[in-house]
Amino acid sequence: MADVTPIRTAAETALAELFPAVKGRLPGDATIAGQRAEAFKSFVDAGLPHRRIEAYKYTDLRALLRDVPPLATEPSADAVEAARQWADPFAGVDALRFTIVDGHVVAGLSDFKLLPDGVEAWPLAAALSAGPVASGLMGRVAPAKSDPVLALNAALMTDGLVVRVRKDVALDRPILVRFLAASGAPSLIVTRILLVVEDGARATLIESHEGAGVAHHANTAVEISCGDDAIVHHLRANASGQAGVDLSTLGVDVGGRCAFTSVAMVTAPSLSRHQIFVRCTGEHSTVTLGGGALLKNRQHADTTLVVDHAVPDCVSRELYKTVLDDEATGVFQGKIIVQQPAQKTDGKMMSQAVLLADGPTMNNKPELEIFADDVQCAHGATCGALDDDLLFYLRARGLPKPEAEALMLRAFVGEALELVDDEAARERLDGMVAAWLAARA
Amino acid sequence: MPAVQETVEQVRAIDVDQYKYGFVTDIEVDKAPKGLNEDIVRFISAKKGDPEWMTEWRLEAYRRWLTMREPTWARVSYPPIDFQDQYYYAAPKKQAGPKSLDEIDPAILETYKKLGIPLREQEILAGVQTSRVAVDAVFDSVSVVTTFKEELKKAGVIFCSISEAIREHPELVRKYLGSVVPVTDNFYATLNSAVFTDGSFVYVPEGVRCPMELSTYFRINEKNTGQFERTLIIADKGSYVSYLEGCTAPQRDENQLHAAVVELIALDDAEIKYSTVQNWYPGDAEGRGGVYNFVTKRGDCRGRNSKISWTQVETGSAITWKYPSCILRGDNSRGEFYSIAVSNGYQQVDSGTKMIHLGRNTTSRIISKGISAGRSQNTYRGLVSAHRKAANARNFTNCDSLLIGDQCGAHTVPYIEAKTASAVFEHEATTSKISEDQLFYCMQRGLSAEEATALIVNGFVKDVLQQLPMEFAVEAQKLISISLEGSVG
Repeated sequence: MADVTPIRTAAETALAELFPAVKGRLPGDATIAGQRAEAFKSFVDAGLPHRRIEAYKYTDLRALLRDVPPLATEPSADAVEAARQWADPFAGVDALRFTIVDGHVVAGLSDFKLLPDGVEAWPLAAALSAGPVASGLMGRVAPAKSDPVLALNAALMTDGLVVRVRKDVALDRPILVRFLAASGAPSLIVTRILLVVEDGARATLIESHEGAGVAHHANTAVEISCGDDAIVHHLRANASGQAGVDLSTLGVDVGGRCAFTSVAMVTAPSLSRHQIFVRCTGEHSTVTLGGGALLKNRQHADTTLVVDHAVPDCVSRELYKTVLDDEATGVFQGKIIVQQPAQKTDGKMMSQAVLLADGPTMNNKPELEIFADDVQCAHGATCGALDDDLLFYLRARGLPKPEAEALMLRAFVGEALELVDDEAARERLDGMVAAWLAARA
Repeated sequence: MPAVQETVEQVRAIDVDQYKYGFVTDIEVDKAPKGLNEDIVRFISAKKGDPEWMTEWRLEAYRRWLTMREPTWARVSYPPIDFQDQYYYAAPKKQAGPKSLDEIDPAILETYKKLGIPLREQEILAGVQTSRVAVDAVFDSVSVVTTFKEELKKAGVIFCSISEAIREHPELVRKYLGSVVPVTDNFYATLNSAVFTDGSFVYVPEGVRCPMELSTYFRINEKNTGQFERTLIIADKGSYVSYLEGCTAPQRDENQLHAAVVELIALDDAEIKYSTVQNWYPGDAEGRGGVYNFVTKRGDCRGRNSKISWTQVETGSAITWKYPSCILRGDNSRGEFYSIAVSNGYQQVDSGTKMIHLGRNTTSRIISKGISAGRSQNTYRGLVSAHRKAANARNFTNCDSLLIGDQCGAHTVPYIEAKTASAVFEHEATTSKISEDQLFYCMQRGLSAEEATALIVNGFVKDVLQQLPMEFAVEAQKLISISLEGSVG
């Protein structure tokens, strides 16, 4: 029986040739360079994941990625100036702002100097070259070899942010990181954020991905490690226009008695995949994950998450809402793993989708893997059109059809947005939903 | 919440070391040489008296099989199977064609008697059973006897072994064989297509309601012998048939391979009900031996308003890899899947179903209950998909699993793919969220949420299991009373 040797696609070839060409100018000391080479090798060995790889069954990157643009270079002064003028989707949110333009931190647009006591932050490129801080943390939460997209990030990351919140420090202002894709020509933007929240500390991280409709490829990784008794909120919004590719990975280690929440809101770009790997390593923690996706035209958005319960008495909740119009494709793959020692785990996962036309596709795969006998785990998945009865009720009260639909959809997605703790940020996300619905009508 | 004591005891009663059917029948057999090659395929074909087209069909499947690889996606693990270290044909030695039961080796009759399967019609009639069942008894690679043939013939129903059907009714076999499970469908189905030895064939003509239950009883007896049976059931327009399948095997230290293919075809307004009580030898308490049950079962609701219903009770086999599926092609067609899978000892179960909605207004329902105990792994893997043209498709899925002890695992891997907005799919794995309306109705009449849930879920399962005839349903009967209190998704 002959082994099948896949032919390299144009995108694979481009990526394979990219690393040797750029590795000289990537930041980091010798250790980091070694890690990059290793990660790159594991990517090249496996190639782009395709539908035969179970985790990528519904998002066949081999088929979907036609080409790969060149790696983004440091933005010119003009580009930075232009970026300064961009409207901030989170305007009005009282936050510590950091700006990354084309994969490079712009110090002039970042609040490094305004950090309160007990909070430290560095641009990732500087931290990688300066040695131990970053290299000790890098890949600890999300090992590069576990996933090809992550491996690519580990090999090619140009910049990002390292933030440490010291023990028992409550950082009350969110850390808002704006990722701006400003260059006029498509480029590959690879960034990473490391957030360390030590025991008893609190922090909120908001990622805002913005673009101007150019078909950039983004690959973002966020590693968060939560100490015991920490409270961490994470928020991700992508409204970067219809073109381009956005691959992102969130890796989280949750300590004991922690509360971790992450909510992702997607309306862009044309192909996106957000993968979340959460590991509960301390008892009595609560993990809440949620998200909303609003897709139209031929957009494709994938949410893949794995919550791994390794210790007893943890609670996890997942709630994902997908709205699909035209010929869009939504993918939800969720997996709750309950390892043998993780007795008394309470896990609930729900994925709901509304199809607004006859063209869209929704693929749901809510998975459970349970090895402990005294647990409560449930998962649900529903998929269908808007409820005719409810629609009739609203129209009978005088609402025109588009408004009635918009009202129902806003409530539908709103349920997931309620998980967002920060009121101002939640309003901004709700605004994104409203804008999407307004554009539809 | 852990499992309740009552459930724990009931599951223990059917633990692997309680296997009752592990005896061996000592009879002379006719075997093909060990291993598999084109000559063996020709040998089997000749033994079965196949016409030439059938031999070619088998050879083509064999050549295709050589290019395929074993599937590895299922959540089961076992040492690599040496496909050359097996006998692909073993038949009890017989004198030229026994005409009546009296000419069949008494040892075989004794075997079936011990298994509780009466093969003599007068015994069946004299028995206390109220319903009669026509039986096709398959012993290793051949069908030894089919009962009630005459009476079925009067109704126009054809019920015989598949090898007989290939000879007697080639037009039907050629038209339908491989039309639901293509020769190239998967590794084991292709292997089966090359070397299948026997199995049952049922044809119910237009407008006929089959006068009795039909059943096949499979027995693996020989050592190192794979059983490859093939079942083909065709329900013509407006007909109805209920078919049952039972299986057992002796206790042996080495693993035995069972790779069957079952194809069901329901034309306009026809209904097929297919029930299985699978009780192959599960291996001993240390996980030695047992049957590898790698089965492809698929039904095609080809006509309008047709219906196919799968019911399975799985307690045996060291490894189960089985996904009875429905292709809902005809408008308004309906597919059902009810399953109870109990795994004990070192058993591994990876089972579920596929409901593929292609026609308009098609509906399907999946109720699956998995119970794992000992060191077993029990996986539900199911697909529900709606094609773009499947307007108003409806699916309801409910899968519950229960773990007894902390060494076992229960897994759920559902795939739900919708390509049309008018399809409504619901998947749930909580016992507290069945149908809000039904729950509300029960609770309004004074039941607590838990009682109402138990009533709805168990009432449903009981209803299905009670339709299995008594002689097959010993285990099933016990399982009925198992409560799924403390179940997880």
